[in-house]
Amino acid sequence: MKSHYQLAIIGAGPAGMAAAAEAAAFGAASVVFDEQPAPGGQIYRAVETPAAVDRAVFGPDYWHGSKLTKTLRDSGADYVPGATVWQVSPTREIGVTVDGSAMLLTADQVIVATGALERPFPVPGWTLPSVMTAGSAQVLLKSAALAADGAVFAGTGPLLYLVVWQYLQAGVAVKAVLDTTPRSNYFRAARHLAGALRAPQYLIKGIQLLRGINKAGVPLIRGVTDLRMLGEDAVSAVEYQRGGDWQRIEADQVFLHQGVVPNVNLSYSIGCGHTWNEAQLCWQAITDLWGESTVEGIAIAGDGAGINGALAAEHQGRIAGLGALYRIGTIGAHERDRRAAPARAGLTAERRIRPFLETLYRPVKCFRVPPHDETVVCRCEEVNVTAIRKAVAVGCVGPNQLKSFSRCGMGPCQGRLCGLTVSELIADLTDLPVSEIGYYRLRPPIKPLLLEELAELQAPAAME
Amino acid sequence: MVRTADAVVIGGGIHGCSCAVHLARRGISVVVVEKDYVARHASGVNAGGVRRLGRALPEIPLSVAAMGLWHNIGELVDDDCEFVPSAQVRVAENEDEARALEERVRLVRDAGFDHEVVIGPEELRELLPAVSPHCVGGMVVSDDGHANPYRTTMAFKRKAELLGVRILEQVCVLGIDRRQGTWRIETSADPLQTPVLINCAGAWGDHIAAMLGEPVPLRAYAPMLMITARMPFFVKPVVGAQGRTLSLKQFANGTVLIGGGVRGNAVRNTNTASLELGGLAGNARTAAQILPTMRGARIVRCWGGIEGYMPDGIPVIGPSQQEGAFHAFGFSAHGFQLGPIVGSIIADLVTTGVTEYPIGPFRIDRFDSSPQRQSNALT
Repeated sequence: MKSHYQLAIIGAGPAGMAAAAEAAAFGAASVVFDEQPAPGGQIYRAVETPAAVDRAVFGPDYWHGSKLTKTLRDSGADYVPGATVWQVSPTREIGVTVDGSAMLLTADQVIVATGALERPFPVPGWTLPSVMTAGSAQVLLKSAALAADGAVFAGTGPLLYLVVWQYLQAGVAVKAVLDTTPRSNYFRAARHLAGALRAPQYLIKGIQLLRGINKAGVPLIRGVTDLRMLGEDAVSAVEYQRGGDWQRIEADQVFLHQGVVPNVNLSYSIGCGHTWNEAQLCWQAITDLWGESTVEGIAIAGDGAGINGALAAEHQGRIAGLGALYRIGTIGAHERDRRAAPARAGLTAERRIRPFLETLYRPVKCFRVPPHDETVVCRCEEVNVTAIRKAVAVGCVGPNQLKSFSRCGMGPCQGRLCGLTVSELIADLTDLPVSEIGYYRLRPPIKPLLLEELAELQAPAAME
Repeated sequence: MVRTADAVVIGGGIHGCSCAVHLARRGISVVVVEKDYVARHASGVNAGGVRRLGRALPEIPLSVAAMGLWHNIGELVDDDCEFVPSAQVRVAENEDEARALEERVRLVRDAGFDHEVVIGPEELRELLPAVSPHCVGGMVVSDDGHANPYRTTMAFKRKAELLGVRILEQVCVLGIDRRQGTWRIETSADPLQTPVLINCAGAWGDHIAAMLGEPVPLRAYAPMLMITARMPFFVKPVVGAQGRTLSLKQFANGTVLIGGGVRGNAVRNTNTASLELGGLAGNARTAAQILPTMRGARIVRCWGGIEGYMPDGIPVIGPSQQEGAFHAFGFSAHGFQLGPIVGSIIADLVTTGVTEYPIGPFRIDRFDSSPQRQSNALT
């Protein structure tokens, strides 16, 4: 590892890997930092060394990832796994911890490719042990082949059905799927069907997943309008409301999911401008045609700048990589534009399905803005809806004041698990648009850092 | 429409809100103008130390008087401000530092104050069982404490409003003009008219002073703080160091706050405070060396608040050279504890023209090197 790079890429998912490949092809001194032990990101996690699971379990889309990881490894970029980037300054000073030692380095250009995370799903009891996200269910399967038999899956969105299908493929029994997609979404989504039919592979895949779930005999309960998790030391049952009646399913493992949203922690902490995406109901970094944010030299590629999926992220990574090469001075505008053209075409094609998916799987308000007083919003500091209502009632006007009023968002997760809920909840309580409420001001370190690591921080000059 | 008041306070930090409370209690109508929102900057995000320990000598009489108010803060603002009485200790890491502390305590004693006490190695360990073996002693004030800065400033704000004070947030002062014994203040909203203007603009205090024709060499920095995840209880007093920059305290929820005034950079026109990692690393090193338990602490968040520093490290408090104007700004990262008393001093100056406290050292013209000032100093 050097003390200075022309290009630093944070995240080795599809966007980061594609950006690295592009940059290294032109000989730019590049580094890729990634938290995981192996490249692939969340989507292609452990694709190089899958757990003892049959390849068929994950489907061909997953195995596409191994092409990307090979490109990264062959690229000549310094690839640093197990690296926690805890700070990037607007002047592109990067604080990173590898193997327990923290260091500082600098880069001419930075590409933030930190992807997406699952939208919070604040329902009563969602903090009980053994209530997890569908994404973590997939992680268990991908990296450890550890999957609990007889789990209940609840929520909405393509990933929910995909993980259920993968569990079934792996021979893991699923007790039930509680679908919270509101019926009205189907009608609204129909309007976008024509666009979606121009990307039929996604529709076909979706239909196959649902058919597979059906065929396995898993009860797929649609039209669920409310949910609560029950249990003492861990979840023991799920109750759901459907057609006005409450029903109960005993379950010792529940996976919740209602879509993914950009992981904006790093881009916010750098000071990049963000905007509220009403179609996707999330904050996203503002980027230009080349993925560059409002902070010079900092680009955002992939789902961090709006959810478009893994293949789109790959194209965006390429485009951001070319943009960075141009700003470094490695390539000219003509070369940049020429090489970006196929990626742009690919990106456009990938985006065709989005309006349909966004409308169909738009999570319903009562699962985003929790109506029940006791529902915990901030898991780290255990702040519930009542506490936030009280703070707003005495004049708290935004997420940053809420921190001071209630400690909401001040725990180790830095708001990752409550930020969106807080923005939407305050907007709802004050009757203002979410865009006016804003988000937490995020402070480094964006990932917890040990005091001794900081104490022994090595400045770039001291590293070589 | 022009808004009028008996007094206009510029700045909605702890000093501005405290001035408003004390003036309103004396029957004065007050408007507070705040360019962002109350407690947005240093007043809301400081370390919350309520300390007399180690104060600059001129500040001691004010600090001692403020402490009396802190111990009954609920009576002043109807809120406990999460004030926790506790000892504050400054650790000596070697014999030279221990001697310097003894000297310091003698000096303070000669000035007539006995709140600071020197302790030896045994007493230090009794007070701070977690202290590193190399530490040889310290200086203690047993009944200082700490409070929640945001909550405190908001409590002053709410009390002021209860007493009829109008607080205008997100209103910026653009210009000040004096006409026939009255201040006319142009703002980003309606203009204000008042016979009494009070500059409590903190890190922006020099801008207001300059509008009054009193330029001062204030520099803005962002003193940096970091907070850890919850830890088992291991330290009761607030811990500082004689030879190095440190202020460390553990809250009731187990989190540990580390600060002490290591400076980050502040950009005033964009309200941004950026961290200086080298400084934070040094701060972390100090904490880990004096309290080795801290090595394994997980840092959750670092931040800085924009604060105004005067070259001599003490604030500007007192009347302006212009009639009907007063200053209280530039507290140089130790103004929070003084908040309750400074408002009272300014209110006395406004209503009676005098104060019982020795505020001479804080006068604004102390930086003035013009010939007129020089000759004033001679006479």
